[in-house]
Amino acid sequence: MASSQPARKKRAAAAQLALLPMAITVLGVYIGTVLWSVRISFSSSKIFPKNDFVGFSQYERLFATERWTVSLHNIAIFGVLFILACMVLGFFLAVFLDQHVRGENVLRTIFLYPYAMSFVATGLVWQWMLNPGLGIQAAVRNLGFPEFQFDWIVNQDKVIYTLVVAAVWQASGLVMAVLLAGLRGIDESLWNAARIDGVPRWRYYLSVVLPQLGPAFGTSFVLLAVGVVKVYDVVVAMTLGGPGNASEVPAKFIMDNLFTRANVGLASAASTVMLLTVLALLVPWWYARSVQSRKLVHS
Amino acid sequence: MSAVVERITPPVTAPVQRKAVHRKSHFTPARLGLYALLVSSAAFFLLPLYVMLITSVKPMEEIHLGRLFALPSSLTFEPWVQAWSAACTGLECRGIQVGFWNSVWIVVPSTIASIFFGALNGYALSFWRVRGAGWLFGVLMFGAFVPYQVMIYPLVRTLATVNLFGTLGGIVFIHTVFGMPVMTLLFRNYYAGVPIELFKAARIDGGGFWRIFFQLMLPMSLPIIAVAVIMQVTNIWNDFLLGLVFAGRDNLPMTVQLNNVINTTTGERLYNVNMAATVLTSLLPLAVYLISGRWFLRGITAGAVKG
Repeated sequence: MASSQPARKKRAAAAQLALLPMAITVLGVYIGTVLWSVRISFSSSKIFPKNDFVGFSQYERLFATERWTVSLHNIAIFGVLFILACMVLGFFLAVFLDQHVRGENVLRTIFLYPYAMSFVATGLVWQWMLNPGLGIQAAVRNLGFPEFQFDWIVNQDKVIYTLVVAAVWQASGLVMAVLLAGLRGIDESLWNAARIDGVPRWRYYLSVVLPQLGPAFGTSFVLLAVGVVKVYDVVVAMTLGGPGNASEVPAKFIMDNLFTRANVGLASAASTVMLLTVLALLVPWWYARSVQSRKLVHS
Repeated sequence: MSAVVERITPPVTAPVQRKAVHRKSHFTPARLGLYALLVSSAAFFLLPLYVMLITSVKPMEEIHLGRLFALPSSLTFEPWVQAWSAACTGLECRGIQVGFWNSVWIVVPSTIASIFFGALNGYALSFWRVRGAGWLFGVLMFGAFVPYQVMIYPLVRTLATVNLFGTLGGIVFIHTVFGMPVMTLLFRNYYAGVPIELFKAARIDGGGFWRIFFQLMLPMSLPIIAVAVIMQVTNIWNDFLLGLVFAGRDNLPMTVQLNNVINTTTGERLYNVNMAATVLTSLLPLAVYLISGRWFLRGITAGAVKG
């Protein structure tokens, strides 16, 4: 027994060594950079970081900047519409596909393929289709509707909705796939029992299926919400924040201020706000999950 | 031995396909409506792909007619050739192929490195007791949700001080680091399904940390490695932000180059060339998606389902 003791220790040392890259990543990248960013947000840094302390003045400046408030406004509209539309569309597609339809595999492949495409490609395709001069508007006018108007991408009040359309096209297949997997986990004998009781199909879906899909909806929500906070590529590719600053988003505001406007302090304040928003979304979710798993352990 | 491993290897199967026992053979009006909805949804999803493809084979004169959905009356593959080898970004006109090869050089080492570290972390976390490991893992999972914007500036400064900023090594490092949370989670969950007895037996046979990892765990991880490869190749290929910031002018990935070709051109915009370039950039992830089928989804949801 005594002879195996040093050997065991050596092995533990190997495990420690193996986890060193992870430890460095966690401490250096995930914790270190976040703290550094937060620190910069309290300084007057312009191009280069400064070590002074100016309190919350970058934050005051931030919320007095119109581009930022427009960005927040836009991401709120985008986030709500995008998540809602993806959920609704994804749910209906999943329910439709779950009716023993022919060609289910082909349809599922069609609904999900946009998710394999990059946001850049997505943005560029939709930019081309929505081009007022040569895109959908021109095509419909040529079909004999000369009054047809669909110039949202160059319209300050409507441009944000074009981003929603492109993003929903890209991501609703994901919700479909996640919910379909959830639907397949529901015992079909429940429907048989409901049918015998004379329950209509829609009522069965509303009262039996929907509540059981809770975890699948949760998964979809988290995946989509993380995507909302990160929205950047599709905006750069599709509208570049324009016309004017009508389609600016927080992630783009931060990038612009970091790399082209040399406002590192302001950008760091904005990224700190972004981080706090993510935390506000995540913490309740994690809490709910941990409560749930504790319940499972006790029962 | 191999039979044992085969039996206890956690299954990596897609959701169970429910057998269509009650398939109705007759068509009711409701059924027709169902198919009508499904087909029109499919049309909505296919429309951009269709537009992309037909635009890319139309001559510019035809595009100027403004018939977006019309099939080309004269077919040309010149835009594809031009997109691949002659499209301009700024003053340079060597086509999108430059970005293609840059992306290949970024994706291959980044995928290998991120999967290696994911597997190693997952293995060490599942079978070995290391002080503070659980805590580190918790923070790492949180890291998966931190917006890149929060970390970018400090990372730029750090990489610049060690001369890695704007190099291939720099962008590979960044992808490895940012891929680590999901990769670690993927492998940790996979190894959690491996019976501890197998590991104990390997220990009794005298296997050390690395030997058990390389000769036992890695060979039986092939299914999850496949999922990880699908996921990382698609994600890293489609990345725009990190490549834009960290790769440097000589290594810009295909997505960044594509955007430069289309959104920074001066003069006449060649929509057919643009669409050909967009298709070319999407080709690899689409091929991965079509070939991998259900495994594709497993990767995407792994992070959120079990995290």
